[in-house]
Amino acid sequence: MSAIRSRLIWIGFLVALSAYTLFPRNVTIRIPDRNTGAMRDTVLRHIPLKLGLDLQGGMYIALEVDETKGVVVNKSEAIDRALTVVRNRIDQFGVAEPVVQKVGSDRIVVELPGESDRQRAEDLVRSSAFLQFQITDKTQALERVMPRLDQIIRERGPALGAAPAGKGADSAGKGALGLFTTPADTGKGAKGKDGKPAADTGFLASSGGAFSKLVQPGQMPGEYIVAIADVPTMQRYLDDAAVQAALPPGKAVHWGVSDDTPGVPPTFTRLYVVDSRPIITGEYLTDAKPGNDPIEGNKVDFTLNNEGGRRFKEETSRHVGDYMAIVLDDRVMGQPPVIQSAIGTRGQITMRSSPLQKVQDLALVLRAGALPVPLKVVESSTIGPSLGSDSIKDGMRAGIAGVLLVIMIMITYYRLSGVLAVTALVLYILWTLALLAGLDAVLTLPGLAGLVLSVGIAVDANVLIFERIREELVHGKSVRVAIDDGFTHAMSAIIDSNVSTALTALVLFWVGTGPVRGFAATLLAGIAASMMSAIFVVRTFYLIWLSRTKGTQTLSI
Amino acid sequence: MLRILHDTKFDFIRLWRITTAVTIAFIIPGIVLIGLKGYNYSIEFTGGTAMQVKFKTAPDAGLLRKTIDAAGIRNAEISQFGSAEKYLIRVQDERQIAELARGAETVADKLETALKTKYGADGYTVESTYAVGPKVGGELRQKAFYAILLSFLVTLIYLAWRFEWRFGVAAVIATAHDILATLAFIKYTNLEVSLIVVGGILTMIGYSLNDTIIIFDRVRENLHKVKREPLYDTLNRSVNETLPRSILTHATVFATLLALTMLGGEVLRPFALVMLFGVVTGTFSSIYVAPPILLWIEYKYPRAVGDTGGVGVKPMRQMDMHQSGEKPKISPAGR
Repeated sequence: MSAIRSRLIWIGFLVALSAYTLFPRNVTIRIPDRNTGAMRDTVLRHIPLKLGLDLQGGMYIALEVDETKGVVVNKSEAIDRALTVVRNRIDQFGVAEPVVQKVGSDRIVVELPGESDRQRAEDLVRSSAFLQFQITDKTQALERVMPRLDQIIRERGPALGAAPAGKGADSAGKGALGLFTTPADTGKGAKGKDGKPAADTGFLASSGGAFSKLVQPGQMPGEYIVAIADVPTMQRYLDDAAVQAALPPGKAVHWGVSDDTPGVPPTFTRLYVVDSRPIITGEYLTDAKPGNDPIEGNKVDFTLNNEGGRRFKEETSRHVGDYMAIVLDDRVMGQPPVIQSAIGTRGQITMRSSPLQKVQDLALVLRAGALPVPLKVVESSTIGPSLGSDSIKDGMRAGIAGVLLVIMIMITYYRLSGVLAVTALVLYILWTLALLAGLDAVLTLPGLAGLVLSVGIAVDANVLIFERIREELVHGKSVRVAIDDGFTHAMSAIIDSNVSTALTALVLFWVGTGPVRGFAATLLAGIAASMMSAIFVVRTFYLIWLSRTKGTQTLSI
Repeated sequence: MLRILHDTKFDFIRLWRITTAVTIAFIIPGIVLIGLKGYNYSIEFTGGTAMQVKFKTAPDAGLLRKTIDAAGIRNAEISQFGSAEKYLIRVQDERQIAELARGAETVADKLETALKTKYGADGYTVESTYAVGPKVGGELRQKAFYAILLSFLVTLIYLAWRFEWRFGVAAVIATAHDILATLAFIKYTNLEVSLIVVGGILTMIGYSLNDTIIIFDRVRENLHKVKREPLYDTLNRSVNETLPRSILTHATVFATLLALTMLGGEVLRPFALVMLFGVVTGTFSSIYVAPPILLWIEYKYPRAVGDTGGVGVKPMRQMDMHQSGEKPKISPAGR
């Protein structure tokens, strides 16, 4: 009798513990507000069993060092430094419970639950945010090497994937871009809006070379205009090693950010030639804030520290009258302003018609600091919130149907004993979920499948025991002895089979990422819980039944 | 007491020639097909982009195809996914993967731009996007391969420790059979090999081993209990004795898998299908592959008389003498 009581106390304790583990509670966390960036308290209804990104919706991004622009020797160390910056940015991004961690030696994994704006999040973590101020070239350096560039392209024509001259280059460019612009657009582009060709540099006047015919001079020294359709061709030329070698020394070539009016596809892009030595870089930046100006539109105001301010002043006083390009990640932001007088510690980056969100994100990445190495996205997955809830619905439906079928089979076949096993099954599900919550595991869609499947497998232990009891009864043993022997004899099979399943689950856990790992965790928790429910709980039920019905010689099994 | 197939005395092992022929006829063409054509690997393994889009109204598939082609995306595979409004667009083009690696505008971005221009921002929702570079894909493929290999080794060691090597080898060969059969099944049904399918294969390995172990556990017990019985009969008896358990457990697992296949949604269906097949082949192999192999190993490498370690089977000469006087049908090829 006391054995039964202590068993019941154990079961009751485990049930209470599981219920407590799984009980939803309110948690207060501090996250930055999406718009103002200020920290504020947010109360979350926290359900201890975490749902994977595939069930609740969200983003997963894996980043690695991008070595296309130079080899990085110590990747692990570079990733460590980059991790701090990425974490900084994500923390300010305003997502509840983000995960930013290093995986292996050369990868950063970012998980953003509930976030589904893929492009924005990718840009946010990937942008190097390397800010430099460079003076645009006023020596017509590009014009001087233009004949040479034309010649190189003519010679290397086939290697560059373009016809030697004339129309070939045009069509190649369009093909790669996907026919967004017609030839008519290209013509308009060259004189669209404020990009009116200034044609004051005689050198360029329709020289007809493969390179020179793609560029038109812009409004200021060092500025050129390239039609959108020609951008891919131009990029191919600029990527070519021979072309790069022939570019003027001490100068750098950057694309401008295409000036987009909302709703109208851009027709041209600017190309800038600047002094490659920056007068100052973003490392001196102490603060950046989004702002708005009636004339300039959206902008980012930034502040430099004292040392930066001193340098900036010194340099700008030397360059009065020149144009200063603000270069972020090798792209010129806005149109370079003319330096009217020495500038101190404050400045601004004008973004014109860029949406407010873009401006906010730029301020954010500037504040969080530049990435020490460029990163690239090697894997990304985005699950919309509706898909997640659909998956839960499907999984639940399948789960309920599966469990009902199992209950039917068990009760039809084993009668009372089947009812005992099914009752234990309820405890099994409760314990499995509690174990998952306790281990901080994540419930994923495959995990849900694992849970459903494990219900089918969990009754296996009971089936083994019941079949054993039946055999012992056939051998003429009394009910009490048959139950005892049934449990004892079935044990070795149960243990061996469960350990082998657990071993494969462990392997799965090791190999899997995200969802599959969730599946393995569910399988492991399920095995542990089924040992407890199928053996301990059902045994207890039998003991109670035996003590209630003394002298019974038949067992409903 | 409701009993199914209780106290049966089927001579399962006698059928080994037929069953071996059947399973070889199933596996070999599949393996040849795999060798010739390879698998239909998912984006996870090959690298590329997959986008699941739900349109407001069911779009014309041809028009959708044209829209995507016009955006300069080559080799896009467009398929309906669940209902008429839902489409799965997959792009596995080598060149685009290279572009992705360079950090250029991603295929996903291009796709979205094209869809937005054609159907408007309200006309569709992107339900999920998955993009992976070739390097990660290659890593995953390698990891999946090692996982299957490792789970194999781990179970072999465990079985060798818990039983003895003959049982371990027989169980592992049975499992290898299951894996081959499942690989052939995947080829026949043209299922896409994804991470979740590999997960299904690994789960199937665990499940099928489970089944073999239950039978072997009974063999071990019977060998201890009944001393003077040929292994041939012991194996048959053990399979017969565990038959009710097998039927019932397979029925419950089958039931849950059927529920998953029919109600669990598109993502889980491949997994459930692989497992469904796994239940069938697992059952088959634990009856028709593992015991005959064990018998054959015992024949080739009989344990010494008086060997107390392991299970203590009779010496070979006695085992040859079948109860009915008939010789066991197991013999190495060529004799």
